[in-house]
Amino acid sequence: MIPELGHYALVLAFGLALVQAIVPIIGARSRDATLMGVAAPTALAQFGFVAFSFAALAASYVVSDFSVLNVFENSHSMMPLIYKLTSTWGNHEGSMLLWVLILSLFGAMVAVFGRNLPASLKANVLGVQAWIAAAFYLFILMTSNPFMRIAQPPLEGRDLNPILQDMGLAIHPPMLYLGYVGFSITFSFAMAALIEGRIDAAWARWVRPWALAAWMFLTLGISMGSYWAYYELGWGGWWFWDPVENASLMPWIAGTALLHSAVVMEKRDALKVWTVLLAILTFSLSLIGTFLVRSGVLTSVHTFASDPSRGIFILAILTVFIGGALALFAWRASLLRQGGLFAPISREGALVFNNLFLTTACATVFVGTLYPLALDALTGEKISVGAPFFNATFAPLFLPLLLAAPFGPLLAWKRGDLYGAAQRLMWAAGAGLVVVAATFAIMHGGPVLAPFGMGLALYVILGALTDIAERTALWRAPWRTSLQRARGLPRSVWGTAFAHAGLGVCLIGIVCESSWNTERIAALKPGATVDISSYQLTFDGVTQRAGPNYRELLAKFSVRHAGQAETIAVLEPAKRNFPSRNSSTTEAALMTRGVSQLYVSLGEPNEDGSISVRIYHKPFVLLIWLGTLVMVFGGGLSLSDRRLRVGAPKPAKAKRSIEKPSLQPAE
Amino acid sequence: MTRKQRRLVLIGSGLGVLAISVGLVLSALKDSIVFFNSPTDIVEKKVAPGTRVRLGGLVLPGTLQRGDALQVRFEVSDGKTQIPVSYQGILPDLFREGQGVVTEGALEPGGTFKASSVLAKHDENYMPKEVADALKKTGHWKDEYEKAKAGKPGTVKPDVGKAAATTPVADTPKGSVQ
Repeated sequence: MIPELGHYALVLAFGLALVQAIVPIIGARSRDATLMGVAAPTALAQFGFVAFSFAALAASYVVSDFSVLNVFENSHSMMPLIYKLTSTWGNHEGSMLLWVLILSLFGAMVAVFGRNLPASLKANVLGVQAWIAAAFYLFILMTSNPFMRIAQPPLEGRDLNPILQDMGLAIHPPMLYLGYVGFSITFSFAMAALIEGRIDAAWARWVRPWALAAWMFLTLGISMGSYWAYYELGWGGWWFWDPVENASLMPWIAGTALLHSAVVMEKRDALKVWTVLLAILTFSLSLIGTFLVRSGVLTSVHTFASDPSRGIFILAILTVFIGGALALFAWRASLLRQGGLFAPISREGALVFNNLFLTTACATVFVGTLYPLALDALTGEKISVGAPFFNATFAPLFLPLLLAAPFGPLLAWKRGDLYGAAQRLMWAAGAGLVVVAATFAIMHGGPVLAPFGMGLALYVILGALTDIAERTALWRAPWRTSLQRARGLPRSVWGTAFAHAGLGVCLIGIVCESSWNTERIAALKPGATVDISSYQLTFDGVTQRAGPNYRELLAKFSVRHAGQAETIAVLEPAKRNFPSRNSSTTEAALMTRGVSQLYVSLGEPNEDGSISVRIYHKPFVLLIWLGTLVMVFGGGLSLSDRRLRVGAPKPAKAKRSIEKPSLQPAE
Repeated sequence: MTRKQRRLVLIGSGLGVLAISVGLVLSALKDSIVFFNSPTDIVEKKVAPGTRVRLGGLVLPGTLQRGDALQVRFEVSDGKTQIPVSYQGILPDLFREGQGVVTEGALEPGGTFKASSVLAKHDENYMPKEVADALKKTGHWKDEYEKAKAGKPGTVKPDVGKAAATTPVADTPKGSVQ
């Protein structure tokens, strides 16, 4: 009964979405407040029904109702409760349901928090949001119904893919989707602006918090996914330039560009057309990402072969929304008035520079991800584009960005002083050069570029802090004054500093991990020892253990500092075998010291009684993810800034800013 | 500067960056892409020793030999041609005889393919798309794969994000940021 109710709720949500997609937009056109007022309650009700539907599926998983095909295929009665719950979205149908749940959640949030939005803008935004929602409800109902029943229910499920039986599944997909789908709001705002043919700084002030929130979640989602892959896949890599990863990276880069251009629009009323275009592109890339992952063109023959209609359906949604949005843009963008003037060397100029390089970098990822697909479709030639391609294209384009990042905040709006900014950054650059020299001296050997990477990273971090130091008159004024000034700084200034510094922190981790990572692969017999970095590992032997739905082979290693008798840690990497799926996973064991890690993962046991082992020492590897957390923290600070919290101006003020949309008339 | 000049600067620098990136992309595409080949392709195209390619097919049952120091040898077949492969390192969890595999490396003058990485998918039913297509081409796309799928109600779906990622198992430190 519960699955049927869930199914029915989803159908009702679809119906509501249709109403919400049409009525408010007609209302906005005919200036009918009653019709426009339909948007908010339907958005809320829609969210309620989808939430119920999702809860129904989750409940079927929790009680292991194997009469539901989806549960049968992806669950097992012996799984721990948390995995039963998370397997709700550990499959195609369920994850699409999560996708629309988050989509409707964002719609509901606009309905609740957008009280001071102008009525017509709100109606249009929610209307566009409902178009997207309706398309995806239809997709789920037609091709991916998670509530399908089996006539004769089996006694046991086929289990969840073992690789997904991990806490990572509880965190990574919801975060990622909150980010992906969060950009639907900026998309809807952009479309609403185009429909209304009017846009102003207040629009940017409404859009920026949504973009910022989506960006934070997407950053977290990608970062947590990367850490999950790092410890779960067993060979210590954290980024593979795999198409599925690129699919999430592209909206991230475009979203980062959007955040920056929205600042220009909000503060200076410039770059309007560009910001709208970026908002459209960012969500388009999210849709393309969804298509690439969900249609199966990239990942597996199975889904595509078993149900090609699915891929074609998403492709149709993609074409309609991206094509439609771009067509509307081409038609209406000329209505948006030009904004403020600025010199090339200025804060605006720096943000344009940022946008230029980010979008180009995004384009290279796009080419690298889709070129193999296009080539296969056109010529049948099969190629793979891997890390070497992206290192040769993406990295050189990111370099100028990193060099320029500290300059941005130091330049004034309208007309900046490049020489002055450079002078202020001397300290950071000097410290960076010292680090380059020191790294050369200490590491002598290793990749030639690595010391420069370290120097660049330090420059980025110190450069980000230079802005704070300048604003608080650090060193120049008594520290008490500086402290007072620091407290008085707007949170968005701190946010920028943290986000930029996080980039540097992340870079240190990347450079160290890829340059000075040590690796040992060996077949070990009990009692054997391996030296790696400054540690010595002794293999103490293997034991068997039974888990709830698997058996595992557990190897025990004791870790000592080289030359010392005292055991500092015991590592127990394991190999798990899941009989229900006839498959196995490798559970790596990690020892964290500071931000460096020792990583042990097992290979197969050999006939002579030895076992293959892969051991890595990864210096400063945790900085990769800690850096992204610092970035997210910066985003959070910026989001909590008074300017955005008070956020959209009060209605009276809003009206005023709409009446005179741009302070500087077009030439 | 007038508005027009400013706009020209903007457009000019935009085009400049675009040109640089196009150059980067083209040169990278020339140097760093790897072609996929079936064993038959390798023989027919006379792939030169030392050229980096991907070789995919089925691991021929009964050919897997393990030597000292994690040395492995096996043969990859598309039903028509067999190519011996040597690899040193740990094979992925789901590497099995009779199953699909993709390896990346280069031919040695003796005709053995020296693999530097063996790719596997984290899904027990996985058949690499390239391998499936290659098998279909040689007419050896056996019904048993279809049957294996039909036998189990519904097939395994790729999973959310990361888990569906192909995992190269490399014996060399992988690409760095330089």
